[in-house]
Formats: sequence, C-alpha cells, structure tokens
Amino acid sequence: MVIRRNRRLEWIARNRLHPEHSAVLMGVNGGDEIGPSGLVRKRPHDIGFIGPNGIKRIDRLGNSLATMAGAGAHKGQAEVSLPLYVVENASQYVAVVLDAPEGRLSEHDKDLLGLAQQLKAAADNAASTAVAAIIFSSAAPEAARIESYQLAGVDRLIVLPAESDDYQPEQRAAQICALTAQYDFIHLCFPDTVLGGADTGRRVAANLAERPATSVWKLDGTQLICRGAAGKTDITRPLSKVIIALEQCADQIDESKHECLALSADAITLSASRIEDLGKAQVNPNDIDLTEANFILSGGNGIEDWDRFHEAARLLGATEGASRVAVDDGFMPRERQVGATGKWVTARVYIAVGISGAIQHMQGIGQCDKVIAINTDDSCDMVKRADLSIIADSDAILTALIETLSNQSSAEFHPQEAVA
Amino acid sequence: MTANSSKDIAITTLLSVGQHPLSARPRRAEEDARALEVMLQFAPASMKALHAGDTADAQNLTVLKDYLGMGIPSIDVIPTSADSDAAEALASYLANAGDGQPHILLTGTRSEVGESSGFLPYLLAEKLAIPFVPNICDILSIDMAAGVAEVMQSLPRGQRRKIKTQLPFVASVGMAAAIPRQSSFGAARRGVINTVSSIDTVADEAQTAWKTEPARKRPKRLKVVKAKTAAERFKAATAKVQSSGGEKIYEVDKAAEAILKLLKEEKVL
Repeated sequence: MVIRRNRRLEWIARNRLHPEHSAVLMGVNGGDEIGPSGLVRKRPHDIGFIGPNGIKRIDRLGNSLATMAGAGAHKGQAEVSLPLYVVENASQYVAVVLDAPEGRLSEHDKDLLGLAQQLKAAADNAASTAVAAIIFSSAAPEAARIESYQLAGVDRLIVLPAESDDYQPEQRAAQICALTAQYDFIHLCFPDTVLGGADTGRRVAANLAERPATSVWKLDGTQLICRGAAGKTDITRPLSKVIIALEQCADQIDESKHECLALSADAITLSASRIEDLGKAQVNPNDIDLTEANFILSGGNGIEDWDRFHEAARLLGATEGASRVAVDDGFMPRERQVGATGKWVTARVYIAVGISGAIQHMQGIGQCDKVIAINTDDSCDMVKRADLSIIADSDAILTALIETLSNQSSAEFHPQEAVA
Repeated sequence: MTANSSKDIAITTLLSVGQHPLSARPRRAEEDARALEVMLQFAPASMKALHAGDTADAQNLTVLKDYLGMGIPSIDVIPTSADSDAAEALASYLANAGDGQPHILLTGTRSEVGESSGFLPYLLAEKLAIPFVPNICDILSIDMAAGVAEVMQSLPRGQRRKIKTQLPFVASVGMAAAIPRQSSFGAARRGVINTVSSIDTVADEAQTAWKTEPARKRPKRLKVVKAKTAAERFKAATAKVQSSGGEKIYEVDKAAEAILKLLKEEKVL
C-alpha cells in the first residue's frame, strides 16, 4: 500500500493559526499523525489544557476537574472506603480495657488499640485472634460511637454494666476478672492513666496473680520495652498477660476498618465495695498548680482594678494567672506568670483579660483548649487566637460578670468558694 | 468522735531508698517521705516504719537515718538482697505480725529504683485481703467503732476526692501530699534501726531474664501525612492552618452571658 501525502493537510497541521488546524489534527487517523516516513507520530503538545490564567497546565493526576474545583477535591477524599478487616470464628482474644470517658475514645485508648492489634499479629494463631475492647457503660453505645470504634481497630466489643461514674475500682476489677474467666484472654491491656487503667489493671493483675508489665512504651517483636526506675531506665522483658501501657505505645489504626461485633458478658453478682466514693471535695482554685489548673483567669496590662479581678476569679472558681507585665508591675506574684518565662499552662479554658498576646505569652498557652479574650483592641494576637473575643473595656466586662454571677448565686449557681 | 479514739490506731509506713533523678544518689524516696509525713502529722498511738532492703550498704543506711531524722523513733528492716522479691518478704512479715498488724499501711505510689511498677501495695492488699486506696494525700478521720476511715484522694489537675474505706486498709501516698519535713541530725542519731531476721526471702527469678539499660529517648510521634500524590503532599507541607478567629462580641451587655455560656459548655463552672 502506498501512502499518499496530502500536502495541504500537512500544511494546515503545521500552521497552528489556521482555522481548520484542530479539526485536521483530530480528523487524521483519530488524532494520530502519520509522518513522512509512514510512521505514526505522537503529538506531545496536545497534552494538558489552558488554565484559568491563560497558562498551559499539565495535570498528571488525572483528576483535573476535581482539582480545579476546590470543594470537589475534599469530597473525593471523604469517600475513601477503608478495607474491612474480618475475624471469622475468633477462638482467642486480646482484651483492651478502655478508659473511654463518656464512651469517647481518648488518644491513649486509640494507641492502646494499636498495641493490641500488634499483639494480635504476634499471637500464635493470629488469623482467629480478635481484639476485644471492654468499656464500662450504663447503656449500649450509639451508632456513631460504634463507627469510631470500628475505625480505631475494635474487632469485638464487650460492654460491662456500670451503675455510675463513681470511683468503684474493686467492682470494675471484679467484673474484668470474671470476664477473663469467661473468655481466657491471652493479653489484657490497660492505659496507664492515674486512677483509671493504671489502678484497675494492677488490681486485676493482683487478683489473677499475674505480674503486670507497667509503663510499657513499645512492643519489639515478642519483647516489651518498659520504663523502670520512675522513668530513668528501660527494661526489656518478655510478653506478659497484663500490660499497662503508656501513651503513644503504638501507632494508631487508621488504614483499616474492623467489625466491632458485640460479645456478651455473663452477669455476675458483685460483692459490696469496701471503698466508697464520697464525691469531689472543693479545692481552693489558687492552691492548684498553674500548670495543671483546668480553668484560668489571667490578667494583664489592661486591668485597672485588681480587686475586681480577684473578685471575678473567686466567683468563677478560676485559678489566677497573669501576663509578664502584670507581674513586673507587682500586681501578681512571679509564680502566677503565664508564658515562656513563666508557667506553660494546659487549661481547658483560659480567659485572657487585657492581654494582647505577646508571642512569649502565646507559647505559654499553646496547649489550652478554649481561649476567651477580653480586650479593647480587636486586631491583637490574643483575639486572633481566641475562640470567643469580647471587644470592650476589661473592667466593664469584669463588673458585668461579677453582677451576673452574684445574681445567679442566689438562685441556682454554686460557685466554688475558697476553702482554707 | 473524740480525738483520742481516732488516734488510738496503728499505722505502718513502708519506706524505700530513692534515687535522685540527675545525680543518681540514694535519697529519701519522695513519695515515701510524704507517706511518713502523713503518718507523723496524723500522730496515731502506734507509728511504725518498715523497710525491706540491703542493710549492708552504707549509703542505704544513710538514707534510713534521713528517715529517722524526720522524727520516727525506729525503723524495722527486713534484710533482702537486690535480686530478691521485697513484696514476698513484706507480705509474710505483715501476715505473721499478729497483733502488730497495722490498721493502716502507707506506701508511696511507686519506687524510684528497680522495676518501679507500683504493684507492691496492690499485691500486699490482695495478700492481706484488705482494701487498697491509691494516691491519697491526707487521712481525714478514722472511726474505730464503725471500722471505717475517710481519706482524701488526689486526682489529676489538682482536684481532690473523699473516699470512705473499711479498716484496715493499704493506701499509697502521691506527690500531692504535704511536703515532707526536713531531717534533723539529732533525731537521726537517736533513731534505732531494728533488723528483723526471721523472714525468708524469695529470689525474684523473672527479673533475671530482663535487660535493663538507661532510658532511651522516646521517639516523638510526627504528624503523618497520608498523601497519595505529590500534589497532596505539597499541599500538606505548605498549607497554613486556617485560624478562623472565633466569635467577636462588641456589646458589653451580651458579653457576660456569652462567656458564661461557653464556660458551662466546657463544664468548668
């Protein structure tokens, strides 16, 4: 077969300004050009498209439309479905006793589930081993919670009845021991949280006559690495039945989804507790160390009337803090200073009254959860950081707060009065 | 309840030899010294201090003298070597104490050397079949007639909780308790160290298989970017976290209510 060249079409194909240029390129052999020697030639210039600012873009992701529209890209990410990990006919279990305050998994709980999955993989019969999470709750968890457990690596879920959130360590340990007798867990993992897993775990270990591995921070093959000597040494020891692990002991599960099937627990009759929780005692908020206070009212240069500030702190039941200026000027003692040269606080709520937010101060409140700023300047750094900003004179706001609180205190509000 | 009836009890404090975190010198264990301080401040009729450890070591003896200097007349010492199980020795001593068994047994929450598992008080409570209260900071009251005691337990974030427990009980004293008094030289010289010789010690065999080394620095968990493509990685590396900069209120009369609403949502009021 002789290939006949059409000189005119070749000329149009070379001439990008020709009105028929693109039609010719597409029309000849479905877009492919046949060169003078008869070979099919690729056209590298056809790749890509002209972007919104007139510049040619090459999109190698293959999702040009998704990246062009920003919202579309997020939608694409959310729809990623994780592979479901199924354990059929589980014959043995790695138990994880979760703290799960109000059914919500803490970061520590998720780390622990990661460790349990590692322990499961290291077990003898890994294919028929399941990770069983144990939570204490008065009601069955709702669907949204179940989904969060599935994503955190819970193969099986055991809900043990809890009458209240009171401190009942003996009852909880007895319930877990009964459960261990029922299912014969190969490992029991607890989070090393003060008066949480650390307490319950040791009680269970003492009851089962097992030696617990405490302060575990890594699983290395079949060896556990624990902190010893109050954090000064590392102890490498073989796996034990009861494992009480520190935070970040393993990577969290984030690339698979698990079944989270319910397992039943035999009902047991609990003997009366020898320990009784009489409830929280009132604490003078200013006796709490600033670094561990939960709620801080902090004052700075914007405060004129310090008596009013102290009164507001007393009524709110907040621990008092101060910026460096207030301390330097002698209004507050040095140990109350928040910031790079003072204390690094971890409060859940931090109210900054008349503090504009120098970078040293912002470092000090880096770990605070919610920040409320009271300031006259609505462009200061503290207002940018704050979750709620009041742009007004601090003394007026403190007066209003004191008034509202003292009105409420007569009716239903019970402030934490200072106790000696 | 009169003062006398509440004081007419026996408290024993378990003491251990601590270690300074930087200089690694033997010292009074911080929590054990606090436990001793709790006992001394409560001032019951019978106060005892008990230590299981190596009496041949001169440095350990210096630390025991430091404890004696706090004002306790004597310390009973059960001689154990470093590789034997102190929990077994203490449990057999306390179980065989008969009338000498205390109403309250105080310890620190965990030792400053060795395994430092904090398991010993749990084990003792289990072996003596009495309740255990962790992390207390004070003994509030004791009702001998009803056989109950009230203690103050310290929680994280400086909070306190009252606990009622049956007598006798074991309690561990945490760092929130009162700072221990200084050791005085004269009291330390007058104090007596009694060696208890009739206790058989058990070797801690599990521990021989362990490997102990100085603590390694724990790797810090990095923010893991799970990007499938270069463009996503680039975005994750360069994108600034958008701070929305919360709600702004300009009116004074609305401000107080908005603040109180947020405080109630966060459950700090």
